[in-house]
Order: sequence, then structure tokens, then C-alpha cells
Amino acid sequence: MTEVRSNATRIWLLHAAVIVLLLAGNFLLPEYHRGMFSRALVLATYAMGYNLLFGYTGLLSLGHAMFFAAGMYGAGLPVYHLGWDVPLVFATGIAAAGLLSLAVGVLALRTTGVAFMIVTMMFAQIFFLATLYFTTWTRGEEGLVLQPTTRAIEFAGNTISLSDPSTRYLVALTLFAIVLLVSLRLVKSSFGRTLVAIRENEERVRMLGYNVFATKLLAVVFSGLVCGAAGAAYGLLFGYVGSGFASSQYSILALLYVLLGGAATTLGPLVGTLFMFYVIDYTSGLTSAYLLLVGVVLIILILFFPKGLLGTIREKWLPWLP
Amino acid sequence: MAFGPYFLLATLEGLVTASILALTALGLSLVFGVMRVVNVAHGEFFMLGAVLAWAVSTAFAGHPAIGFSAALLVAPLVVGGAAFLSERLVLRRLDYNPEATIVATIGMLYIIQQLALTFYGADARPVQAPFNVRIQLPWFGYSGYKLFVIAAAIIVMLGTWLLLTRTKIGLIMRATQYDRETAQAFGIPVDRVYGGVFALGAMLAAVAAVLVVPTQQAHYLMGRDPLLLSFIVVIIGGLGSLRGTLVAALIVGLSDGIISVFFSPTLAKMLATALVALVLVFRPQGLFGVRTR
Repeated sequence: MTEVRSNATRIWLLHAAVIVLLLAGNFLLPEYHRGMFSRALVLATYAMGYNLLFGYTGLLSLGHAMFFAAGMYGAGLPVYHLGWDVPLVFATGIAAAGLLSLAVGVLALRTTGVAFMIVTMMFAQIFFLATLYFTTWTRGEEGLVLQPTTRAIEFAGNTISLSDPSTRYLVALTLFAIVLLVSLRLVKSSFGRTLVAIRENEERVRMLGYNVFATKLLAVVFSGLVCGAAGAAYGLLFGYVGSGFASSQYSILALLYVLLGGAATTLGPLVGTLFMFYVIDYTSGLTSAYLLLVGVVLIILILFFPKGLLGTIREKWLPWLP
Repeated sequence: MAFGPYFLLATLEGLVTASILALTALGLSLVFGVMRVVNVAHGEFFMLGAVLAWAVSTAFAGHPAIGFSAALLVAPLVVGGAAFLSERLVLRRLDYNPEATIVATIGMLYIIQQLALTFYGADARPVQAPFNVRIQLPWFGYSGYKLFVIAAAIIVMLGTWLLLTRTKIGLIMRATQYDRETAQAFGIPVDRVYGGVFALGAMLAAVAAVLVVPTQQAHYLMGRDPLLLSFIVVIIGGLGSLRGTLVAALIVGLSDGIISVFFSPTLAKMLATALVALVLVFRPQGLFGVRTR
């Protein structure tokens, strides 16, 4: 019992320490790296949403860019065309992603395995093509630039501008921290354990009387909501909404970050995202072909480290890592 | 223009699209059927074939037919070799786990695409057709080369069909497809069969690309549409069913021209993708397939 309790303490301490370290980063990091970290934190949030489905539930989706982009367009279009307030469009972004993930989940969950991967990829492709087709509103690949004046929150008489680097970092960190703690809570809950059980043996879970379809659907929607929140935040913080974010490449990036950091680890997405950000940053001096690097890393990971960085650490040294 | 000539033209163009598509999709279908591997890099093998066709044909001076024939020989061999290597080095080590192989072939996709961009460049480059004959039809003259493409595709497909149904290699491949473990127990080197099938699949895509490249230019992103269309064909035709693949390629190829007359290409692609995704959701055995084991 004490073992269990000390593990729980350790886990909370570890996560709190990560958040505090990241908070300190706002004051200690040089400007360039603070910018990198802001982006990485939002994309790590996206990867955490992906991890819920891929890592914990064992459903490999190749179309999560559509949820990210749904959040982004759900927030970006009302700001750009209707001039709605930031908190309101953040909510519409999340709602858009939630509705999309519900619809996609109901259809795609009728399939399993390889068919699930292809179907999600195809739905994402349709979403991507839609962002190109409705070019009157989305301006397609060129995208929409959200002016800094539209990205400000009026709060108690003050104007908080999301284009300020420090605010941007803190907002990104807040979103990241909330999602991190919620997902930690989630994977430790009975719902989270059901997800892992489905990943390990779906038939047995069904036999035990669980409604597997409903549980998986809930996981898809939850994952979609998190990815949508990340997408909405990305659009609002960095002021750009473009169809590139809906392309298949962004679906693959989420998979890459999670695989690299370690699937089914709460901190893996952050580790994977930061690692990949800096690998690309360092090699960008040598080659502009960063997709080549993405390809090579993907193959090396799947061949030699299918458990990722934190997954391997958990297996070898720290079995209590959530 | 009256309906008659227009219809004939659309049908001919559709047949050209369909024959190229059938060859490409046949490769994808073969790899999926025998190995149960979804090769996401299939479109890049197609692109590689086209790019190599450009490289080989420009290396030969003189009559374009010489360069083209050389390309038709060299490009599929090189692509097949590359596919064989990647199968040996990557897919085999993954023990053909369906999900891991998809991730690995996505990696290959990026690698091949970026290498093509680095060494070939972002330009679209033409390849000269081996001959330039116009065949006079009732209403208009039509490129003799395009008719040759249709004929060549039919010959290659017949060849593949004969290989599968009339030879020992084909028998071994079908046995592996039907039951991998029993085949292994009967002394079939399943492992080597997989390497050969993966190479053969890529070679079919490369042949299709060499055939198509005189009618459209070689470009490093040209693998995207063939990949999507091949997926559509293979899924509609039923995963792993060769006859279904052929029928579906004809339907998709012929309707492609007609649909794009009425809708914008983007909308046509959206509708086609949605339709196919729904087929996969509600009728996973394909429109013509039979539910298997």
C-alpha cells in the first residue's frame, strides 16, 4: 500500500516538476528558444490528444490533422470573418473538433486495424480537400493571417495580447499543463484502465460486459477535443490558419512525436515533440529536406525503438512511470 | 461539338487513365493480397519510375524510341531493386506487422520524395514519346502513342495474370497468399516470396509510370494521385482481388474523365474519397469482393 502511495506521490511530483521547469523557461529561455518552446508546447498538446487514442486505446489513426485543423478553422474562421471574441472562438474551435470527431468516430469505429487507419486517412483527406475547395472563406493554401488586434482578450479593463511572446508562452503552457494533468488523471481512472484493457484484449473486455464501441467512441471524441483545443490555440497564438495544417503530414507528425517520446506515456508526447523540434532545428543548417529526416526517424523508431524514449526508460528503469 | 465525337474522346482518354491505373493498382493489390502489407509508398515507386524514365531517356541521344525502350527496361528494374532492398532491410524485420509496416512505408514515402526533390529538383520535365503517329478516327485524329499505352498495359496485365495462374512462381505466390503458415510447412520460402512480391508490385507501378510519362511530365510529387486512386481501386475492387481491381480500375478510370467535366477536380476528389471511405466502412469486402475467411 505504501508502495502504491509513494508511486502516486512520485508521479504527481514528477509532473509538477515538469510544469514548474517549463514555467521557469519563460523567464530563463532566450527569445528564440522561448518561441520554439511555445510552438512545441501547443504541438505537444496535440500529440497528447493523439496519444490518448493511439497509445492508450491502441487505435492507430492516420487522420488526426483533421481534428487539429477543425479546431484551428473553428476558431480562425469566426475571428477572421465575424470578428468574434477570442474566448468564444476558442470554444467554437473545440466544439467543431468535438463534433467532427463524433461523426468520424461513429463511422470509422465500424472498422478495425488497417481499415481503420485507411478510413481515418481518407476522412482527413476529405477535410484537407474541403479547406482547399472552400477557398472563398479559407483562402486555401495561402491561408488566413489573423491580425494581432483580433487576437487580444479584454480582461478586467486590461488588454491581453496573444501576440506578445511571454503571454503566448504562458497561454501555451497553461493549455499544456491542463491537458497533461487531465490526461494523467484520466489514464489512472477506471475509464483509462478500460481503454488500456481494450488495447490489450478487446474481446475479453467485451465479454466482461463493457460497451467497447461506446468506450472507444468516447476516446475518439476526447482525443478529438484535445487536438481541437491545440489547433484552436495554435491558430490564435501564432495568427495563421492554413490548409497545410490539415494535410496528411500533420497527422503523421502527431504519430511521430508520440512514437518518439513513447506511446502510452503521459510525458512522451512532450519529449518527442521537443526532441523532433530541436533535431530539425539543428539539421536545418545542413539540409532543407527535413521530411527526409522525418522519414528516417520514423523507420529507425519503428525498427529499433517501437516503445520510444520514455517507453524504453519505463521498461528498463522506472516501471512506475505513467 | 456533337455528342458522338465527344463521347469517343472521353472514352479513349478514360481507357488510357484506366489502363495506367489498373497497372499501378495491381501492384498495390498484389502486395496487399500476398503480404497483407498496405504500401503507402506505392505512389513514390510510381514517381521514381517516371523520374528514372526521364533520366534514362535523356541519357540516350538519337531517336526517342531508343531512350524510351531503355527506360522501359531500366526504370522498373531499378525501382524493383530499391523495393526489394527496402523490403529486406525494413519490412522483413518488422515481421510484416500491419500497423508497423504502414508507419515504415510512410517513412519510405518521405525519404523517396525528398531524395527525388534533392536530386531531380522541383521542375516537371517531359519525356519524348517513342513515336509520333496520329491515328485518324471518324471525327478526329488521336495520338497513336496513347493507344499503344492501352495495348501495353493489357499485355503487362495478361503477363501478370499468366504468371499468377500458369506458372510455378504464381502457384507459390497464391499458396503464400492463401495460407502463409501451411505454405511454409510445405517448404515454400515464404520470406523470399515476400521480397519478390514487394519488388514485383513496385515494378508494376514503375512500368505504369514509364508508360504514362510521355503524356504527362515527370514531377517529384506525381505519386500522390496514383496512390489515392490505387487505394480507391483496390478498395472498391475488394482488397486482394485481382479481377475486382481490374473492373474497378475501368470504372474509376472511365468515370474520372466524365466526373471532372461536371465537378471541379477538387470536389470530384472529395466525393470519390468520401464514397470509398464509406465503402470501406459499410462494405469492407469491396463492391465486388466476397467476404473471405
